[in-house]
Amino acid sequence: MGEGSNLLVIIALLPFIGALIPGWMIRAGRNACATFAAVPTVLALVMLGLLVPDVMRGEVVQARFEWLPQLGLSASFFLDGLGLLFAGMILGVGLLIILYARFYLSGDDPMGQFYTYLLLFQGAMLGIVLSDNILLLLVFWELTSLSSFLLIGYWKHLPEGRQGARMALAVTGSGGLAMIGGMLILGNIVGSYELTDILASGDMIKESDWYLPALILILLGAFTKSAQFPFHFWLPHAMAAPTPVSAYLHSATMVKAGVFLMARMWPALAGTEAWFYIVATVGLITMVLGAVIALFKDDLKALLAFSTVSHLGLLTMLLGFGTTAAAVAAVFHIINHLTFTAALFMTAGIVDHEAHTRDIKRLGGLAKLMPITATIGTIAALSMAGIPLFNGFLSKEMMLEEASHTYWFENPWIVPALATLGALFSVAYSLRFIFHTFGGPVRDDYPHKPHDPPFGMYAAPALLVVFVVAIGVMPFLADPLVAVAASAVAGETLHPHLKIWHGVTPALFMSIAAIGGGIVLLLIHRPLDRLWIAAPRPEAKAIFDWLLAKLVTATRWFTDVTHNKSITCYLAIFAVASVALGFAAWSGGGIAPPTRDLVPVPPLVGLGFVLLIVGAASVVLFHRNRFRALVVLSIIGLMVSAGFVYLSAPDLALTQISVETVTIMLLLLALHFIPKETPKETRIGKRIADGVVAVVAGTGVGALAYAFMRRDVDTISGFHLDNSYEGGGGSNVVNVILVDFRGYDTYGEIIVLGIAGLIIYALMQALLGGPAGRKLRNTDFARDLSKDRHPLMMVVATRVMMPIAVMVGIYIFLRGHNYPGGGFVSGLVIAIALLMQYMASGFAWTQSRQRIQYHAMIGFGVVIAGLTGVGSWLAGKPFLTSAFGYFEFPPIEEFELATAMLFDLGVFLTVLGAVMLMLFSLSRIARYAGQSVNLEPMDYDPADRVKQLEEGRE
Amino acid sequence: MELIVATSVGAMTAAGVYLILRLRAFPVILGLALLSYAVNVFIFASGRLAVNLPPVLQYGDAQYSDPLPQALVLTAIVISFGMTAVLVMVAIGAFLESGTDKVDIDPGDEDEEEPVK
Repeated sequence: MGEGSNLLVIIALLPFIGALIPGWMIRAGRNACATFAAVPTVLALVMLGLLVPDVMRGEVVQARFEWLPQLGLSASFFLDGLGLLFAGMILGVGLLIILYARFYLSGDDPMGQFYTYLLLFQGAMLGIVLSDNILLLLVFWELTSLSSFLLIGYWKHLPEGRQGARMALAVTGSGGLAMIGGMLILGNIVGSYELTDILASGDMIKESDWYLPALILILLGAFTKSAQFPFHFWLPHAMAAPTPVSAYLHSATMVKAGVFLMARMWPALAGTEAWFYIVATVGLITMVLGAVIALFKDDLKALLAFSTVSHLGLLTMLLGFGTTAAAVAAVFHIINHLTFTAALFMTAGIVDHEAHTRDIKRLGGLAKLMPITATIGTIAALSMAGIPLFNGFLSKEMMLEEASHTYWFENPWIVPALATLGALFSVAYSLRFIFHTFGGPVRDDYPHKPHDPPFGMYAAPALLVVFVVAIGVMPFLADPLVAVAASAVAGETLHPHLKIWHGVTPALFMSIAAIGGGIVLLLIHRPLDRLWIAAPRPEAKAIFDWLLAKLVTATRWFTDVTHNKSITCYLAIFAVASVALGFAAWSGGGIAPPTRDLVPVPPLVGLGFVLLIVGAASVVLFHRNRFRALVVLSIIGLMVSAGFVYLSAPDLALTQISVETVTIMLLLLALHFIPKETPKETRIGKRIADGVVAVVAGTGVGALAYAFMRRDVDTISGFHLDNSYEGGGGSNVVNVILVDFRGYDTYGEIIVLGIAGLIIYALMQALLGGPAGRKLRNTDFARDLSKDRHPLMMVVATRVMMPIAVMVGIYIFLRGHNYPGGGFVSGLVIAIALLMQYMASGFAWTQSRQRIQYHAMIGFGVVIAGLTGVGSWLAGKPFLTSAFGYFEFPPIEEFELATAMLFDLGVFLTVLGAVMLMLFSLSRIARYAGQSVNLEPMDYDPADRVKQLEEGRE
Repeated sequence: MELIVATSVGAMTAAGVYLILRLRAFPVILGLALLSYAVNVFIFASGRLAVNLPPVLQYGDAQYSDPLPQALVLTAIVISFGMTAVLVMVAIGAFLESGTDKVDIDPGDEDEEEPVK
């Protein structure tokens, strides 16, 4: 990448970096704030200037970084003629707006915020015109929607501002969504998301079956953004924004984004019938409609807003024609429209600022009070009207010329006639702007006495009208820029020659008719206006609000129906949807014939199977008696463990059986606090329906399991088997997978388990502190208690078993790497050994002998496992790489030590801590409920009895 | 054998689904426990069935069952225990707080605020 590419990236990034500064600089004063907003813009403009010679030579400056190559998303930028034109407009007008806003905004407005939003928006716009990747372009596209939302709603205290901002976001945002779809289709057709690739494969796109959907979706995005009919209504409402925002967004940048996109995609999409009829027709309707409405608007900014709608329609129509001459006219009109509309918006802002009203009916005669403003406004408006010697005339002539030989469904009259009508109304509203604001006698009822503003405020529009006149008189000045930009649009080198006099052409007559008709319209404006006000017409905002309200009602209804606060309902929906999806997938493709033979079933396994099925059926049938259901559930769990033993999964069997024990203990403890019976409360209909859902789900899952068990498939398991011993140093492949191959998963999992333990502890803590705690204290659980809570036999047996169980736990832990066992199982085994003490000897007795807090155990477990992983960094290996070696300790035989064992120790501690914390929390409820605590290990201690007897004898 | 395992998975799923559609917390917890069994066996079975071939390495060219689903299921068993425990605690808490162990919110006793218009 050359120097130019680096500059290009910096230009694209500058506004975003610059956006951070004004918010800080506002503390140094408004001038400092405005200056620091201007600095990045000026810098970007200067850098753009450095690239101008390259682009003018017809080169394309490119810069490219991979971002997410898997998705085809790259941060690539390019600058050609069209990009240069727009980037120049965005930065140039941006600079003028920064200057203008400094004087326009009052002391109460948070100016730092304004400039931050403005620069964000500028960066987003710049990103759109410089992107060379349509996915990147989409990102910037959405950014403009968001940042313009902030700008339009800048005056947060005004309800119109907020509503206008929301409407703009809703309309342009949904258009943007459609466009995402269109762009994805486009990228799929071409096989690349790079714009340069897409522009080069126009024929391929147009021949594709997906051309029309892509076209419509992309146009939806462009039309909403550029306020084309029927999406034009948001633009006038966005005028609630401060005038600098309107001038920037709605003349030069945001609304031109749609036009830009159509121009950008022109080589790829334009030239087909569909393109012509959609784009040109929509443009034509918008042009005429916007012009007609503009004539009857009394608010200066509303008038300008509809004029903008109309001119955007004009641009859209020109692009829709699909001819290179029309493309040249469009590019030229983009420049001209920018100059006069931005100037007019700023003029309207000055009038508003000085006279405190924008209502045309309350204005008039301002020419004598503010001559400079009036001059600027008049020149700009005359250009908008298309009067010769101003630049608007030139491009409007070119438009009329193009329209004059365009056939619409073989009708030669309709396009030229409507184009002339649009131009006619355009003349009328432009002249109205001039005469009704500046013309006429001076009035004495202005809300505020107007006079010309300070230089800083009119400097920006004054500079723009200099361009208006300069291009209008010497059109050849614009030649090179128009040539390079139009060539970029058309995808071929064009050499347009812009001139004032084209000879006696149809366009000339159309122009004359438009100007004459416009003057007549203005003269009869008063009666027309009364008619217009009296006539019924659809109010776009009302329709929009109505639609929105309907949408809200519909979504609320849908939410209420599906989200009816019944988890049973959600689970049923979930189960049915899963089965339906599974069925759809099942019926989608053919299924290969079975490749595996059935494994024979010995009688004992058959017996286990029967037990399991009977168990499952009984749980369902007798689930109302909760104790019984729990016992049956444990039988099912046992059968599953037995199944694991038989089917060569010893580790699973060990884990299952110990988890089973702990789970049942937990549920038994829980049953102490909740009802022992489930009441009958569902109707038979619901039960049958649930049964059907359940049977269907079960059948589906069972069939799926059967189908894949009968077929072979390639797996990655071979790798684990091959590398377990050499790489992981263990012969129990399951354990090696847990602590080595997939150690990171295990690490995450023990953290989850630890968190679950802590959640339970925290829940219990919160519960006991609240009303439930008070309720508990008054509950009498005595009737559930046994007379002999801590039977002698059980106490003695558990104490004898304790060291044995711990020994077994350690043994299981140590052998884990090479034989079935490991940290998980041994943690569970020792937890069960401890639990037995709790159950037999009572809570307080055991608790007083506990040395280590369970929280600490979880913490240490996670830390040890983590440090083991970190340790491998010290050896320069990735996280959790295990190392192992064989050592000989004299009395014992050769012994393997592996870091994986240390990791397993972490697993062990976490499992033990979490399980114990869970059960410990449960037993705390019992204590809280006023259950008496035994200080002695046994309620009835035979030793005491012996002592008593001996005492009695003496 | 495959048929037996598939039937067991199906039966446990069906029983589990039926139970989680009940209206009280305890059967729902039982149902979830049953569903965890079913899912665990299902995942385990995706390694295909083998008898007497535990994935513990032997000398020589031995055959082994698929270790990967086993490792996945091992962690799944432990995690489903954690999940059950949390659910049990939530159920106890809900019962103590509200005096009922219904899982659905009755339309009558909503304490939720009306959405702001």
